[in-house]
Amino acid sequence: MGKAVVDLGEYKYGFRDPEQYVYDTGKGLSRRVVEEISSIKGEPQWMRDFRLKALEIFEKKPMPTWGGDLSKLNFDEVRYFVRASERQGRSWDEVPEQIKRTFDRLGIPEAEQKFLAGVSAQYESEVVYHNIRKDLEAQGVIFCDMDTAVREYPDLVREYFGTVVPPGDNKFAALNSAVWSGGSFVYVPAGVKVEIPLQAYFRINAQNMGQFERTLIIAEPGSFVHYIEGCTAPIYSTDSLHAAVVEIIVKEGARVRYTTIQNWSTNVYNLVTKRAVAYRDATMEWVDGNLGSKLTMKYPSIYLMEPGAKGDVLSIAFAGHEGQHQDAGAKIYHMAPYTTSTIVNKSICKNGGMTTYRGIVHVAPDAHHCKSNVKCDALILDNRSKTDTIPDMEIMNNTVAMEHEASVSKVSEEQLFYLMSRGLSEQEATLMVVMGFMEPFAKELPMEYAVELNRLIELEMEGSVG
Amino acid sequence: MAVTLQVEDLHVAVEGNEILKGVSLEVRGGELHALMGPNGSGKTTLAFALMGHPHYEITQGRVLFNGEDLLEMGPDERARAGLFLSFQYPAEVSGVTVANFIKQAMNAVRGPGNEISLLDFQKKMLEKLELLEMDESFAGRYLNEGFSGGEKKRNEILQLLMLEPKMAILDETDSGLDIDALKVVARGVNALRGPEFGALVITHYQRILHHLKPDVVHVMMNGRIVRSGGPELAEELEAKGYEWLRQEVGA
Repeated sequence: MGKAVVDLGEYKYGFRDPEQYVYDTGKGLSRRVVEEISSIKGEPQWMRDFRLKALEIFEKKPMPTWGGDLSKLNFDEVRYFVRASERQGRSWDEVPEQIKRTFDRLGIPEAEQKFLAGVSAQYESEVVYHNIRKDLEAQGVIFCDMDTAVREYPDLVREYFGTVVPPGDNKFAALNSAVWSGGSFVYVPAGVKVEIPLQAYFRINAQNMGQFERTLIIAEPGSFVHYIEGCTAPIYSTDSLHAAVVEIIVKEGARVRYTTIQNWSTNVYNLVTKRAVAYRDATMEWVDGNLGSKLTMKYPSIYLMEPGAKGDVLSIAFAGHEGQHQDAGAKIYHMAPYTTSTIVNKSICKNGGMTTYRGIVHVAPDAHHCKSNVKCDALILDNRSKTDTIPDMEIMNNTVAMEHEASVSKVSEEQLFYLMSRGLSEQEATLMVVMGFMEPFAKELPMEYAVELNRLIELEMEGSVG
Repeated sequence: MAVTLQVEDLHVAVEGNEILKGVSLEVRGGELHALMGPNGSGKTTLAFALMGHPHYEITQGRVLFNGEDLLEMGPDERARAGLFLSFQYPAEVSGVTVANFIKQAMNAVRGPGNEISLLDFQKKMLEKLELLEMDESFAGRYLNEGFSGGEKKRNEILQLLMLEPKMAILDETDSGLDIDALKVVARGVNALRGPEFGALVITHYQRILHHLKPDVVHVMMNGRIVRSGGPELAEELEAKGYEWLRQEVGA
């Protein structure tokens, strides 16, 4: 450790380990790179074909012109595949020392001891550590990295992979489909309720290295699972790309909650496609926290396919730097009658940061008696920062109960004076108001994550006053 | 240094308008002073100026708190030095529980390395809630959000009891309270009285003074203290009204 005291202006998890890679496809993307990735992984032909088809789609699709500024993103400067260690460790002892040190600093084993069912921690492009509790295995629950799933559960994977987010969905979904590596595969059999959250920890370490994890969750009828994904990344001087795809299938009467807190370093383009389909009486919940990154474009979406399906998206975004843009929101598609949805979005911007809520609520013509409630609150901490709300409603049925509320607020002088009159400094008082604003989100998190979120927000708020 | 709040010839302006036009008073430890006066006479301005609200500009005079120059300190430093203001209209802070807020405030006042233990905090909190006849669930509510007027006032007194300042300014804490609530609030304030605690109780009416028994009563009109006296002054005002005094002093 070089410095004992963390420089306040520096990204807290910005430590980095010297790079020692076994495989590295170099910079840039081509058919050769995609083939190499597939052959290094020893994939079946169908996956290789899937990747190559996706590459063609990626090359044909133009860059999106809406949302954030992608003009500085150069695909030729990105490394599409790096493998940090050759084999997977099933126990903590088998994990390479250097990688372990990184995880130690992130507190992963400790978290596991406390309550986690399994840790699937992604370091570079591949999962190096994976553990699942025996009782889950006994229940038939599968929780492994995606590469393993392709090898060991080919029928399951082939049936669902790319069905919720097809490669042609958008340019970054196509890119992910071509070069994906790692991510989690979760299968919960009918009626099984997974009591403890499953956790994966993602981390980018190599300069100019894209991370393209691919997650697929299948919840059979009447099952329940809570999947948690947290990300921190070390800081680098040149831009980094994160383009993940998450696909979730929630079958009849099942419930899936997917919780994310992301704290990418401020040079990362975070362009993620997250989508779930929910069938009869199923419930899908996205809990999504976005901190850090240079630009995040992420709109967790839910297709409510059959009567009684329910979708909730609860998200926060924090843009705390000049040039940082959180363009995030939610998309709900009411495809069937008697479906309900709730979107709660909270955003905070300061120090020149920008937040955009971008959302769609779509109600199909025959989706009668749907209910939807959308609430967007933005908190602006100074005059240099900016927030926008872009809600889109596509309502094609007139029996819909639709509510939409949006607010933009500042920390008021009266609040600050009141809190300061009790002894809190201006910074502490501001932080308290900000934490209060985030509370509806934080209280949905498991205790450890709420603590981590508080720490991250505190860090973001440091030096923001005076 | 013993507890004293010395206000000397204080002039205060808000947006360029002079509201206080030379106020002097001195409150010592062990004393409770009442500051009475009609609406608009400058009572709340004095309270806010003493606590350090940024909109209240001191144009003349000085204030010493336990011998220190109060006007040099920010509001948070004043609080840490032992000054407390019970707000007439406290701000709402969504998502922050009463307990969390009070705990952080206590730790800010106690200073780093001297934080209160969770156990001691809980014990004290329960004790004070009981004294103020408040339900335990109150501690888990968001600060002033959806509180009734009476709940806000009780919450202010709860903070007073938890923070145990050396000097408290109560800005119309009695207004809008029914007689039972008034008794509870007075009980809270009386619980703190002692040689190391002084209070300046701002009120429009005399009724809270039946329960608080002030040592000194001041009457403010048009930005000045026009008369000071013992408890009998409050009774005289109650009987004759402010108009009587206004004519006497020509304010």
